[in-house]
Amino acid sequence: MTPDEITRRRFLEKLCIGLSGICAAILGIPLVGFVVAPIFRRTTGKWISVGNITDYEVGKTVSVTITDPSSLPWAGITAKNALWLRRVNESEFIGFSVNCTHLGCPVRWLADAGLFMCPCHGGVYYSDGTVAAGPPPKPLIRYDVRTANGQVQIKTMAIPITTTTRL
Amino acid sequence: MKRFVTGTWRWLDDRLGISTLIGPSLKHLVPRDARWWYVFGSATMLAFIVQVVTGVALAFSYTSSASQAYETLEWITNEAPFGSFLRGMHYFGASAMVLMVGAHMAQTFLFGSYKFPREMNWTTGVLLLGFTLVMGFTGQLLRWDQTAAWSVVVAAEQAGRVPLIGNFLAQFILGGTTIGGATLSRFFAIHVFIMPALMFTFIGIHLMLVLRHGIAEPPTAGKEVDPKTYRREYEELMQKTGHPFWPDGAWRDFVFGTGLIIVIALLAYFVGPPTLDKPPDPSILHADPRPDWYLLWYFALLAMIPRELEGYLMILGPVVIGVLLLAAPMLNNRGERAPSRRPWSIAVVLLSVIMIGSLWIAGANSPWSPNFDPAPLTEKVIGANSGPVFEGARVFQSKGCLNCHLISGDGGRRGPDLTYIGDTLSESDMIIRIVNGGVNMPAYGNSIRPEELAQLTAFLQSRKRPMPAALEAADR
Repeated sequence: MTPDEITRRRFLEKLCIGLSGICAAILGIPLVGFVVAPIFRRTTGKWISVGNITDYEVGKTVSVTITDPSSLPWAGITAKNALWLRRVNESEFIGFSVNCTHLGCPVRWLADAGLFMCPCHGGVYYSDGTVAAGPPPKPLIRYDVRTANGQVQIKTMAIPITTTTRL
Repeated sequence: MKRFVTGTWRWLDDRLGISTLIGPSLKHLVPRDARWWYVFGSATMLAFIVQVVTGVALAFSYTSSASQAYETLEWITNEAPFGSFLRGMHYFGASAMVLMVGAHMAQTFLFGSYKFPREMNWTTGVLLLGFTLVMGFTGQLLRWDQTAAWSVVVAAEQAGRVPLIGNFLAQFILGGTTIGGATLSRFFAIHVFIMPALMFTFIGIHLMLVLRHGIAEPPTAGKEVDPKTYRREYEELMQKTGHPFWPDGAWRDFVFGTGLIIVIALLAYFVGPPTLDKPPDPSILHADPRPDWYLLWYFALLAMIPRELEGYLMILGPVVIGVLLLAAPMLNNRGERAPSRRPWSIAVVLLSVIMIGSLWIAGANSPWSPNFDPAPLTEKVIGANSGPVFEGARVFQSKGCLNCHLISGDGGRRGPDLTYIGDTLSESDMIIRIVNGGVNMPAYGNSIRPEELAQLTAFLQSRKRPMPAALEAADR
């Protein structure tokens, strides 16, 4: 084989590998883009009304069902969500995320005991959301709540993810 | 007629080359003494085939839509002919596959079969184990009920603990920032397309490697693996004492496999598929999510890791175990194969079984979870129907004490059993505990009234071991 032929072969090899790379990119970019797209869809942070102020009794914590206003059309019941809403006094409300800060299971409010308890790994929180017992690393996450025109409004939010802050 | 069939086959085989393609694989020589210990690999593959067949069947009716999957599952289970049976086969097939992977792995590890030249047989097998577990988890999620929906949240929360990219991973799993329309279809695509494609590929490679290096002969104590001479010795052994895989070696695989498939079918028919929980409505807060049995041990682990170590163990634990398993043969690929000369290998298998087994039992009992619906204490247990002791028992229930503490067998198991607490704690000790809380116990100082506290301690003080009859008589 002459040096020319060798160069030609090397060139053809590189050409084919390069073309394969282009083909992979043509197929791969839309695939990856489509699969990760939902992550960048901004769906939370909308104020929605959860009823009249007078619907809520001072000192009581109740569960409130909300429907995500920006859910996908086929979400059905999965567009629903709930939070624990506590009326602290005449004007102040606290909205607690139902997700345990340990691993996200839905905490239940035991009204007489004044505690939130998690069914999964035994996390317990006081009525103000601070940790009373068990593995949760931080207090229950709170929603933004405001009152306007006699209505209680909450700002929808993402499922709070407890992240590792240090390596 | 017979001549026609034979003739047609000859013609087809000549043009398609079937015999020349698979003949050598079927007839390759295998060790004569590779007997019943060697059936677990083929049993795993058979369980996989069960999964493919029943999975394809279920996909004919299952709809991977967040709003409709639950209804299609109800229809498949309750109305479709064979539907319940197919779901049962798919569930018990998955269980069988996990068990058989475990048995196959333990056997190849104990027999030292992962040593030279079969290191990559082991490593591809470990990848297949990982894929199997991913299939198990994603499969449970496709049973799109309340437990499935909350399991996705738990998975996202765990992924969230990965440093730096945790949040991104969590949202990738959820298909957004909350459970919703995008969540289920992602897991469907992963469970039905991506993972099976990976598994077919790696099963192919795994089998190719089995043919390339041959089935490891059962180990003999004192006969060490030396990479310089092993291949030649193995070749000589096969020529001398080996017999063809088909049918001399394969018949045991067929017998065991048939038994396995019959057991799967019987379980599917008589036990049936896992019952559907409530619908996947995230606003139903009465949920009690538990993973299927093959991940119950991990659920227990998550409840039992000390809080300070959690961040490390939850992420680093699986990574370290995975890397160790993948790299195991590279760390030690020569020398003795016989388990009698590698007692630590028996210890590793036994310890793994004991560890997973005890975690599994812990997960099944989950004593760390509060009992949300304890049976109310009866007057007989309380020992009074009025007065402070009786009122104290009512406080004990209303304040949630009974959710975590046992009294005469009723209640939760999160905290200590208080059946005889009156024997060990004085009244003032009790008040300190209740008001200030303790390790894993909430402080009630802000939420209990003084008279309630007095009643509660009166009730707890009355929890004493019954006096033996003789002493009681002497007392009188």
